[in-house]
Amino acid sequence: MASEQITSSEYIKHHLQNLTYGQHPDGTWGFAHNAQEASDMGFWAINVDTIGVSVLLGVLMMWFFRGVAKKANAGIPTATQNFAEWIIEFIDTSVRGSFSGRNPLVAPLALTIFVWIFLMNLMDLIAIDLVPQLAGFVGSTAFGADPHHVFFKVVPSTDPNATFGMAFVVFAMVIYYSIKVKGLGGFFGELAFHPFPKWMFPINLFLEGVTLISKPISLSLRLFGNMYAGEMIFILIAIMYGAGLLLGSFGGVLQIGWAIFHILIITLQAFIFMTLTIVYLDMAHQENH
Amino acid sequence: MNINATLIGQAIAFLLFIGFCMKYVWPPIMQALDERKKKIADGLAAAERGRHEQELAEKRAQQVIHEAKEQANEIVAQATKRGNQIVDESKDNARVEGERILTAAKAEIDQEANRARDELKLQVGSIALAGASKIVGREIDEKAHTDLLDELVSQI
Repeated sequence: MASEQITSSEYIKHHLQNLTYGQHPDGTWGFAHNAQEASDMGFWAINVDTIGVSVLLGVLMMWFFRGVAKKANAGIPTATQNFAEWIIEFIDTSVRGSFSGRNPLVAPLALTIFVWIFLMNLMDLIAIDLVPQLAGFVGSTAFGADPHHVFFKVVPSTDPNATFGMAFVVFAMVIYYSIKVKGLGGFFGELAFHPFPKWMFPINLFLEGVTLISKPISLSLRLFGNMYAGEMIFILIAIMYGAGLLLGSFGGVLQIGWAIFHILIITLQAFIFMTLTIVYLDMAHQENH
Repeated sequence: MNINATLIGQAIAFLLFIGFCMKYVWPPIMQALDERKKKIADGLAAAERGRHEQELAEKRAQQVIHEAKEQANEIVAQATKRGNQIVDESKDNARVEGERILTAAKAEIDQEANRARDELKLQVGSIALAGASKIVGREIDEKAHTDLLDELVSQI
């Protein structure tokens, strides 16, 4: 349990609250102390934990791959190089299998998506109280904040902002390449003159529009939903630790089991996001729908 | 759980990472992978070629060994033949030599025997003469009876 006096519901809420920085309604800038304050900040606020952790992980990933790329040669690979090349070969095979066009963007995009999302999801396996407690300790000692009001959500992919941000980038690419490959007319033709005859174009437009919009929504909500649910189950299991020795040890067994199962989900979600991105971009590149 | 500017920040970070990956990560690693692939393919081809060459060399070596064996057999056969020849020749030589020695010895023996016979004749002649003279009891004129005696001796 996070602290001695708080209830289960407070514990859950505490864990699901991002560390938000923004302008309070009274005009001052600062961190939100609770969920209400965070939502009062409106759109122009930043979830510091989400951005911080995801950028840190992204930099870590790029640092690792750049290090390999600098030393990459055709000779005998080192263990690190082997590992990186194994991932890259895997991505390359996936891209070659699903993407029929020619675009130097797709493979690096797929690599970035897969590894980054995998790392973000992996944060879910860090002991659930460790980072928030640490953040509370740092916040209270360094900044004099009430530790109950210092939030830290360590898994960026449980923040819809992160998943929507990525999905919108992918969506923008789909639109961009659709227009680039098929032309503006071709793109709208594809939206308006399918699947029914031309004179029914309002219905076509509606159907195809829903299909188009559903791409980024499903992409981001699938990832968010899976990770959020997984995180939630970890939180619920963690609550059992405060309920006596018997229930607590049962919770321990549950947590191990769920963590092992979660490894699969983490990888699978990263893979699904990547594969769907490749498929969407492939559809954008196809001249004849 | 609020949608806020984090979304924009995340999108920008995402774009930056994609750009970095596209420019500095993917091409060098892919290039290295392709190069290695080519290198391995070349190596395999070279190994195949080497194996083929080795096979040829082995075949050639086998041939050389075979030829050498044949030659050796031939030489041995020739040597054996020559040896037999030499043995035969020496046998012949020995036989001829032996016969020669034998005939020489026989001739010598004959000669000796003739000589001994002649001497014996002479002695027999003189013994007969001495005996005769004893029997007769008087000296026989040796000169007068030499012809008689010679005749006698030649009759013996």
